[in-house]
Parts: sequence; C-alpha cells; structure tokens
Amino acid sequence: MELHDVWFVLIAVLWTGYFFLEGFDFGVGILTKLLARNRPERRVLINTIGPVWDGNEVWLLTAGGATFAAFPEWYATLFSGFYLPLLVILVCLIVRGVAFEYRAKRPEENWQRNWETAIFWTSLIPAFLWGVAFGNIVRGVKIDQHFEYVGSLGDLFNPYAVLGGLVTLTLFTFHGAVFTALKTVGDIRLRARRLALWVGLVTAVLALGFLLWTQAHSGDDKSLVALIVAVVALVAALVANQAGREGWAFALSGLTIVASVAMLFLSLFPNVMPSTLNGDWSLTVTNASSSPYTLKIMTWCAAIATPLVLLYQSWTYWVFRKRIGTQHIAPDAAGAAH
Amino acid sequence: MDLALAPETLARWQFGITTVYHFLFVPLTISLAALTAGLQTAWVRTENEKYLRATKFWGKLFLINIAMGVVTGIVQEFQFGMNWSDYSRFVGDIFGAPLAFEALIAFFFESTFIGLWIFGWDKLPKKIHLACIWMVSIGTILSAYFILAANSWMQHPVGYKIDKARGRAELTDFWAVLTQNTALSQAFHTLSAAFLTGGAFMVGIAAYHLARKKHIREMKTSLRLGLVTVVIAGLLTAVSGDVLGKVMFKQQPMKMAAAEALWDGQKPAPFSIFAYGDVDKGHNTVAIEIPGLLSFLANDDFTSYVPGINDVNKSEQQKFGPGDYRPNIPVAFWGFRWMIGFGMASFAIGLAGLWLTRKKFMLPKHLRVGDDEVPHLVLFKYKALGPKLTTWYWRIAIWTLAFPLIANSWGWIFTEMGRQPWVVYGVLQTRDAVSPGVSQGEILTSMIVFTTLYAILAVIEVKLLVKYVKAGPPELTEADLNPPTKIGGDTRDADKPMAFSY
Repeated sequence: MELHDVWFVLIAVLWTGYFFLEGFDFGVGILTKLLARNRPERRVLINTIGPVWDGNEVWLLTAGGATFAAFPEWYATLFSGFYLPLLVILVCLIVRGVAFEYRAKRPEENWQRNWETAIFWTSLIPAFLWGVAFGNIVRGVKIDQHFEYVGSLGDLFNPYAVLGGLVTLTLFTFHGAVFTALKTVGDIRLRARRLALWVGLVTAVLALGFLLWTQAHSGDDKSLVALIVAVVALVAALVANQAGREGWAFALSGLTIVASVAMLFLSLFPNVMPSTLNGDWSLTVTNASSSPYTLKIMTWCAAIATPLVLLYQSWTYWVFRKRIGTQHIAPDAAGAAH
Repeated sequence: MDLALAPETLARWQFGITTVYHFLFVPLTISLAALTAGLQTAWVRTENEKYLRATKFWGKLFLINIAMGVVTGIVQEFQFGMNWSDYSRFVGDIFGAPLAFEALIAFFFESTFIGLWIFGWDKLPKKIHLACIWMVSIGTILSAYFILAANSWMQHPVGYKIDKARGRAELTDFWAVLTQNTALSQAFHTLSAAFLTGGAFMVGIAAYHLARKKHIREMKTSLRLGLVTVVIAGLLTAVSGDVLGKVMFKQQPMKMAAAEALWDGQKPAPFSIFAYGDVDKGHNTVAIEIPGLLSFLANDDFTSYVPGINDVNKSEQQKFGPGDYRPNIPVAFWGFRWMIGFGMASFAIGLAGLWLTRKKFMLPKHLRVGDDEVPHLVLFKYKALGPKLTTWYWRIAIWTLAFPLIANSWGWIFTEMGRQPWVVYGVLQTRDAVSPGVSQGEILTSMIVFTTLYAILAVIEVKLLVKYVKAGPPELTEADLNPPTKIGGDTRDADKPMAFSY
C-alpha cells in the first residue's frame, strides 16, 4: 500500500467520522421539529448535542484540510465544481453554529423560535446535500482534461445523487432519533424510539436501493461485503431499537453509516472523482495526490494526532454521559444567562 | 469583460470581505480565551468571588465572539478550493499541510474543550474545568501559528521546488516553512496585536462601567488587567512590527516602498507622515517627511539606501518579465499608516490609563481608594483630574476598544494588497490563481450572499454583546460556588437543572 492509498483510506475515515458524529447532530436538529412538542423538549434535544456539535463539525474541517493537503487536485475540482451546493452548505453551517450559541441568549419568544426554525432547516439541508455530493463523486461528473468540472448545476441533481441525498437525510434522522432515545429520559425518549422505527424503515428501503444501485454501477466484492454489513447493521439497529436496547441501536446505526461510507469509498477506489466524459480524465489517487514527502509528513501528523483526538473527544462524551430530561432544563433562559 | 466584475476581482473582493470579517473575531478569541483563563485561575487560586464573576462576564462575551469566529472560519477552509482552484492545485502540496495540521491539532482541541468549558461548570471539578479553558487558549494560539506559517509561505516561499512536469510547487522542507523568519516574526506580530485587541476590549468595557460607577470591584480588576495587557502587548506589537518590517524590506522591497510611497530610491530615505501622490506619474506631489527614519526602519541605519517603487518595479521586470509589479500604492501607504496609527493610539491610551489609575506608586494617601471605589485619575503627584477631564478619559478609553480592530484590519489589507500582483510572492500571480471553472455569476452570488449574511450576523452579534456588556457580571448561584467533586457531576445533583443549557 503506497502512501496515497493510505491517505485515500484516511480521507474516508475522516468523512466517516464526520457523518457518524455530525450525522446524529444533524438528526437531532431535524427532530426539533419532528419530535419535540414544546420549547422545553426542543431544549432537551438541543442540549443533548450542545457540548459536542462543535467538535463533531471539526471532522469536516479536517476532511477538507486533509483533502487539500493530500489530494490538492481533488480538493480543487470538487470545491470549485460543486460551488453553489457548497455555498448553501456553508451558509447552513454558519447559521446553524450561531443558532446553537445565540438561541438561549435572549428570552424573547420570537428570537428563540426563529433560531429553532434555523436549526431545523440548517440541519436538514446539509444532511441532504452531503448525500447528493457523495452520490455525484461516486457516480462521476463531467470533468475535462484540465480536471475542471464542466457540468451544470442541474447535472448534480441527477436521480442517483438525489437518492443519495435522501439516504443521508433519512439515515441521519434515524441516527439522531436513536441517539435521542439513548441520551434523554422521560416521554421524549419513548417517542424517539417510536419515531426511529418509522424513519428507520424508510431509511432501509431508500438505502437498500441506493447501495444496490451503487454496487451495480461500480461495485466489486469488497464493496459488496460493505453493502451487506450496512444493510444487516441497519436491520439490527431497528431490532435493537424495538427491544429498547438503546446503546446497541445507536452503535448499529453508527455502523450502518460507517459501512455505507466505506462502501462508497470502496466502489470509488482507485478513482477519487471519475470523469463521465473520458476515463483518462478521471482524478485518481495517483494523479490527484501530493508528493510522497508531503504525504509522509501528513501521515506522521495524523498518526499522532488522530488517536489523541479520539481519546479526548470520547472523554467529552463520557463527561456528558448523563441522560437529559425536561427537569434538567432551567424553566426559562436564565440558565443560559451566566 | 468589465474589469470591475472580472472573476479575479470578485474573488478577491470576496476573499477580502470574508477574511477581514473573520479576523475581527480571531484576535478577540485568542486574547479573551487567555484573559478569561487568567481570571478563572485567579478565582481557583484565591477563591475571591469577584474573579469568578469577572470570569463569567468576560467568558460570556468571549463565547458570543468565538461563535462568530468559528463559523466564519469554515468559509476560509473551503474558499481556497471554491474560488482559487488553480492556486490550490499549484500550492496544495505545500499550503495544504499547515491547514490540515491546524485542523487536526488546533481546531479539534479548541472546539472540544470549548464544549467542555461551556457545559462543564457542574460536570467537572474546579481545576479540570479550569484546565479546559487553558486548552482552548492553547488551541487558539496553535491555530494562529499554523495559519500564519501558511500565509508566510505566500509572503516568502521557502522549502519548495517547482515540479515542471506536474506544473506545481512541491514541498521539500516542511520545517523551513514552519520556522522561517517570516513565519516567526509574523506570528510574533499578529499574536501581540491580538492581545492588544483583547486588552483594549477589556479596557473599553471596564471603562464603560466605571464611568457609571457600576460593578466596581470586577471592573477595576478588569481595567487593570486590560491596561497591563494593552501596554505589554502594545510594546511587543511595536517591537515585532519593527522586526517584521525589516524582514519585509529584504523579502518584499516593493511592499515596503509602497508602504512609504517612496517612488525613487534614496540614501538616506525619509519616513513620510503624509503624502499625496500621482500613481500614473510615479511621484508624490505633497509629502511631509522625517529624514532618515525609513533607512533606520529598513536597515537599522539612518544613512542607508532604500530602493523605491520605480527601482523595484524595474528589477522585477528584469527578473520576471514585462509587466507592472506595483501594488495599489494609496492602499498600501494609508493602510500602513492606519495600522500603526490606530494600534499605537490604543497603546498610548493604555499607557496613560495605567499611569492615571496607579494604585500606590507616587500617589499620596488621600488619592488612594478602597476596593469599592472608582479610582481617581491622577496625572500629577497631588491632584486628581477634574470631572471634565475624567469623563473624557473614560470616553476615550471606551473608544479605544475599536482601535486595534481597525488596526488589525488595515494591517492585513496592507500586507495582502501590498504583495500584489503576486499571490505567492515571485512564484504565482493572483490572476493565475482563480478558479477557471467558476462563473462570474456564481462568484457574484456567493459574494452577495456572504456579505449580506455577515452584515446581518454583525448586527445580531453586536446587539447581543451590548446587551451582555450592559448587564454586567452575573450574580453567583449556590451551584457556582459549589462545583462538583466528581467528573460527570455529583450524584446529589442528578435531578437539578443544568448549570448551563442552550
């Protein structure tokens, strides 16, 4: 395995980490409208991810930065090619971050409601668009001989990619519902389980369709294994959720995400962004990667820093391991005033 | 295509707007993290409640600020690929690494521990909770270092070779990129200026309350902390600015000649305080100058030769081929002056404040005050300033809050625009760096979207800051004074509301 292959794996790991972690906090954001019935419940939901959403988002920044460093051509083609969808994602992430931090900083009803609406939409839209983006990466897009994206905005919303978007949207919502059941106490916990069942069933149908389509398009034996793991994990997550084994359900919905992302990357390799115009114009791990020297330095950095990150991020989850219920939320915004 | 709307121009405007905006929050984040951590350390060590109230007060303002810094930072990470794809292809091998390091080492650190600090008041024992804010502070400084090393490479590329076959620059010595003197002096200068910014922020807000005789205990402490920070950081900013200036005179003589509107080389060269020039004709029509000072700034020697804009332009034409290698001279000239002027004004106001509010040194007994009294402002040994002058000092002290922010912005505008037409000095020109595949309409859209969004958020943020500034330090609760002894919170608190919730 050469270093650019290692970095292909590491980029996949970073995106997996991002979708696993921000996946459930997007899901929780969506549930603020789907599940919560009143303001205290919405606050319960928001506070389950309060201490961690920011750290979760850094997985995205790292995936972006690492792609820039390890595969500059991929970074350049992808980010300039998917310009407008990325703009929308950026706007969502900006508003979403501010919404979490500022929502409770004023007691006015209007102020809080507006930020809650913002949290819902800015969680839902990126959850959908990331799937669209990855659908297009795997399927391939119109890339010319200079590695420039020459397709239109409409080309990005082809049926396969849109299906991918629906899969991430529903899968993250499911993941978020399972997370909510694990992290809350009281009535909302039971309703989260019930909702997880329905969302999970929809997810299963969509995901099966999308993954099979992917397998038929560019799969091999390895991606087939990942596909099977993803589907089995999703079904098992549903069973665990029904049995009230919340920890298992969350681990398994997480495994579904891990296996699905793995499957996408396996069916992509050794391309990183195939061209649909001419196979020779595809970006691959070889023609898009940085020099061996840069990759070596990056490998050292990742080898030392990543375990540390995992360690202290896990510790955060352990510190905030207690379930949250409406009784833990101060009756007004006063709790946030100091 | 109309030049004003050319993709290169638009992409530069967007980069300028989003980066200057982002950098309003960055220096405040860097300095307020450390200052808040300092106040919290004082609380943990002395158990004097005024320190905890001050920690909560400044911590709140810090959080309102860092939220904006974090979200506007995401744009920075993506913007290179979106708008500057040819730049990214050409320099990614080098420039990407410090960015990835920044994310892996600094961003994770910062954002994980900030979550622990915000929500950890009733979940972490006192000292561990304190350690979290220090971790955040370390994260902010590391982050600054990596990104400044990346920027320094654009100012003065080192440790690389050009791979002609792949048409790109490749890294050969990462250590050189991280430790070249451009990076060291730029980090020194930027971090000092960041602390000047945070210090002035503290001085301004403390002065606001003290002028109204409110929250005196906490605000007196904050004022002194702010003043000391302003004076030390201001001094270091000046020293590091001189060091960085000398480095730039060697590495980018054009930028420094432009900063002085020095059209033709002179020996000795004067420093102009005011100049009005004609860019087309290549000379100044009006100039007020201090003889020899520029020679000293450039070379530590009042009589040395400093090359002018026209000289450097000629030598660069010989080196790089025909073309105009002059940046926008008025922007460089005035940007340089506004940077120094506003930065040093806040330093002077801080120095004056430190003297005026001194506690004991050269201060007779009748002018010393107790803990609950606003300090007298004492200029000479036996007499406090009259009410009018006192009001004016507090007023100026409040204004000083904005000065370093203005200075920082102009500093960046100066150093980035002063490097033009290069994006990587001597290696890649800005016009060759933009994304060829991104249309004018797309860039225009994103520029308008970001500008509008940022403007709206600025209004929201400032209003929120004002609200919390006016509210003053909060009253402490039982929970504040009885932090948990166990990680994850004490069991006795199982059903209590959280100390902090969104």
